[in-house]
Amino acid sequence: MKKEYVMGNQAIALGAIAAGVNVVCGYPGTPSSEIIETIAKHNREKAIHVEWSINEKAAMELAAGASYAGARALVTMKMMGLNVASDALMSLAYVGVEGGVVVVSADDPGPISSQTEQDTRLFAKYCRIPVFDPSSVEEAYTMIQDAFAYSEKYHTPVLFRPTTRVDHAYAGITYDDRAQPKAIPGFVKDSGRFVIFPRLSRMNHEMIEKRNPQIGEDFSSYWGNTLQGRKDSRKAVVAGGVSYAYAKEYIQDREDVRLIRVATPHPLPESFLLNALEGVEDILVVEELFPYLEEELLMLCGKHHKNWNIYGKHTGHSPLAGEITAEQAALQIGSFLGDTLTQEAPGAMPQPPARPPVLCAGCPHRAGFYAVKQAMKGRKANFSGDIGCYTLGNAKPLDMVDTCLCMGAGITMAQGLHWTDPETVNFAFVGDSTFFASGMTGVANAIYNEADLIVCILDNSTTAMTGHQPHPGTGVNMMGDVVGAISIENVLRGMGVTTVITVDPLDQSAAIAAVKECADMRGVKAIIFKSPCIALSKPVAKARVNEACIGCKKCIREVGCPAVTFAGNRAVIDESLCTGCSLCASVCPVKAIQVSGKEAR
Amino acid sequence: MSYNILLCGVGGQGTVLASKLLAAAAQASGLSVHSAETIGMAQRGGPVTSHVRIGDDAYSPLIPKGTADLIIAFEPGEAVRNLPYLKQDGALIVNSVALMPVTESLHPSGYDPGKMLNYLKSAVKTLAVVDANALCAPLGSVKFFNVMVLGFATGAGMVKFDREVLLSTIEASVKPAFVEINKKAFLAGAAEGETFIKEQRGL
Ligand code: SF4
Ligand code: SF4
Repeated sequence: MKKEYVMGNQAIALGAIAAGVNVVCGYPGTPSSEIIETIAKHNREKAIHVEWSINEKAAMELAAGASYAGARALVTMKMMGLNVASDALMSLAYVGVEGGVVVVSADDPGPISSQTEQDTRLFAKYCRIPVFDPSSVEEAYTMIQDAFAYSEKYHTPVLFRPTTRVDHAYAGITYDDRAQPKAIPGFVKDSGRFVIFPRLSRMNHEMIEKRNPQIGEDFSSYWGNTLQGRKDSRKAVVAGGVSYAYAKEYIQDREDVRLIRVATPHPLPESFLLNALEGVEDILVVEELFPYLEEELLMLCGKHHKNWNIYGKHTGHSPLAGEITAEQAALQIGSFLGDTLTQEAPGAMPQPPARPPVLCAGCPHRAGFYAVKQAMKGRKANFSGDIGCYTLGNAKPLDMVDTCLCMGAGITMAQGLHWTDPETVNFAFVGDSTFFASGMTGVANAIYNEADLIVCILDNSTTAMTGHQPHPGTGVNMMGDVVGAISIENVLRGMGVTTVITVDPLDQSAAIAAVKECADMRGVKAIIFKSPCIALSKPVAKARVNEACIGCKKCIREVGCPAVTFAGNRAVIDESLCTGCSLCASVCPVKAIQVSGKEAR
Repeated sequence: MSYNILLCGVGGQGTVLASKLLAAAAQASGLSVHSAETIGMAQRGGPVTSHVRIGDDAYSPLIPKGTADLIIAFEPGEAVRNLPYLKQDGALIVNSVALMPVTESLHPSGYDPGKMLNYLKSAVKTLAVVDANALCAPLGSVKFFNVMVLGFATGAGMVKFDREVLLSTIEASVKPAFVEINKKAFLAGAAEGETFIKEQRGL
C-alpha cells in the first residue's frame, strides 16, 4: 500500500489497476484524459494493454472483444465521446459481458471545456445499465473497483461518471501498488451468446428489464448510498456526485435535516430511498445537469402515492444549466432549511478584463489560418472548423472559423455548404488527431460524391488541446513502443486525393502559394500545414521591435499573437512568450520587427 | 475550520505548480488537504484558478465564496476577479505586473491595472503588492515567481507550514536542474515576506 496525493483521474486509474484491469483504451477528452496516461505510467512489465484508440467507438468495441475473452476492460472518454461510442455500447448492453467492462464517461457541467451539458446518468438509463456517480477523489478510487465487481456479477457493461470537479480535484489516497492484472480465462466461442440477432435482443431485453430492479435492490445496501440525520426530521436534501460534497459541507453533521446521497443513480436503489425518505414532507434535490434524481423521485412519489413536495429544477429552486458552485448549493440548501443567510451585497468593483482563450504565442495554427486568409482575400470562401486547439482560430483578428459542431464535422459540413453554393470556395480545417479520429470518412464521402473542397490538415504532431497525447501519425503509442507512423499524405493519396501539398505554415509565401493553387482547382484537394506544437518544441528565436516601428498596430490587428502588445506608441513583444515564429515580422509594413537567433529556417 | 488558499492568474503563469507545492507541503505536515485546478481550454491564456483547502471539514475541492483565508494573485485584474472569494479579514498577495489580453490591444475596454490595485487597497486590509519583474530580475526569469510568492507567503506567516517542509517539497517536486534556483527564489521571497509583515505590524 502506498499513500500519494493524486488527481481524481489518477485515483480512477489506480483503482482500475487495483481491480486487476487487463485492457485499457479510450480517446482523449477533457476532463478524462489523465486516466489512460496514469495507467500507462504505472504499467510495470507492460502487463496491461493500454492504448489511445482511434476514437471512442473503436475503444468500446475493443473492450467488448477483450471482455468476451474474460478480461477486465476499462474504456475512458469525455461524455461527448459516449455519443460516438454509443452504437457499440447500446448493443453490448444487450449482449452482455464476460470480463468486467467499465466505461468512464466524464461529464463537464458548465460546460468548462465541452460543447454540450449532457448527463451520462441519463445515458445509463437509456442503455439500461448501471452507473456509478462518485463525489470525491477518495471515493472514485474505491468505486471504480466496485464497478468492475458489479459488471461481472450481472454480466453487464457499467458506466462510471465522474464530473470535472472530481476528475481534476486532488486528494490523498492510499492505493494498492502491487496489484496484478487478473488471469484471463480466454475466449470460449458461443455464437448463441456473442452474435447479436433480433431474437437474442428480444430475449435479452426482457432479461435486462427483469434484472434491473434486482440491481436496484442490490444497490439499496451499497455503501455509497447514504443517509444522515434524524428520522423525525421532515426535510431531506437529496444529492449525488460533487453536489453531495457541497451539500455535506453546508450541512456538516447537522441532525435536523436528512442528507441523502445517491451514488448509483441507475438502476434506482428504490427501497433505500423509500426507507430513507420515510415520513419526509419536503425534499430538495441538489444536482448538476439533468434533473435526473428529481425526476426519479417524482416517479417514486407517483408510484408509491407519497405526499412529498419535491423541489429542484422543475420548481425553479435550482439552476437549469451550468455548474452548481459550492456557494450556490449552500444558498439553495440554506433557504430550503429557512436558515438566515448573510449575503453580502457586492460592492462597486472595477471590471476586470475579459480573457477569452487564445492560440499560444507562436502557434503554427495561427500561421496556417493566416496564410489561407491572405490567399483568399477578395474571394468568397467558407471556413469550417473542428474540435481542437484550432477552434480558437475563430477569435479575432484571425476570425477563420465559421462553423464548429463536433469531432470530424468540418470536412462533411463543408460539403453540405458546397452543395448549396458551388461558387464559394470551401475550406475544412482539421487537426492531425481529429483527422484519424473521424476525418477520414468525411474525405471519402467528398471524393465519392464529387464535392469541391480544400481540406487543411493542421498537423502539429500531437493532440494538443487535451494535453499532448500521441496518435497514429506520431509513431509512438501508449505501450511506450515506437511504431510505424501512418502518413496522412499517403492516406489521402490512397483514397484518391491527387493534389496533396505539404507545407510549413511558418513559411508564409509557400503556404499562401499552396492555398492559391488549390483554390483554382475542382475536386478534393488537401494541404497539410506541418509544424510542431510550440508546447513540444524549443523556441528557435526571439522577435524584437526596433525604433522603426511607426505604431500602425498592423501586427496586432492582423496576427493577434498574445506576445505582441502595445505600449506608448509602439508595439512591444513579451520575450518570455515569443517563440520567434516570424509571423508578426512578415506583416510589418516597415520591417520594424527583427527576429534574432534564427538560422535554420 | 479549514484553511483555504486560492491562487489565481492567467494560463501559463505557473499557478498549478504553486498549488501543487502547497498541497504537497500540507500533506507532508500531516494535514488533510484537497485541491482543484483549471485544466483544458482556459489554460490557453484564459483566467485560471487553483483552490487549496487544508483541514478536515472541507468535503469539496472548491472554496466557497467569502471563505478564502489567503489569495495569491499573479495578476491585478485576476485578483479583483477573485476577490469575492476572500473572507472578511483574509490576506491577499498580488503581483502588480499586468498581463494585457490580446483583445485589449485590439479593442481597448479600458483595462487599467492601477485602478485594480487602488480598489484592492481600499478593500483588503492585509494586502501585499509585489512587483514580480523586479523581484525576479536577479533570478533571470519571471517564471520563478510562482515559487517566490510561496516563499513570501511563508515569510509573512500567511501559510502555516515550516519553511523546511516547503523547501524539501520543492526539492522533491521540481526537476533536479531547477532545484537550486527554485530554492533561491523561495528564500528571496521569504525574506521579502518577513519585511512586509514587520512593516505591517509596525504601522
Ligand atoms: S515572432 Fe511575433 S508572432 Fe511569432 S511568437 Fe514572436 S511575437 Fe508572436
Ligand atoms: S498548445 Fe500547441 S496547438 Fe495548442 S494553441 Fe498552443 S501551440 Fe497551438
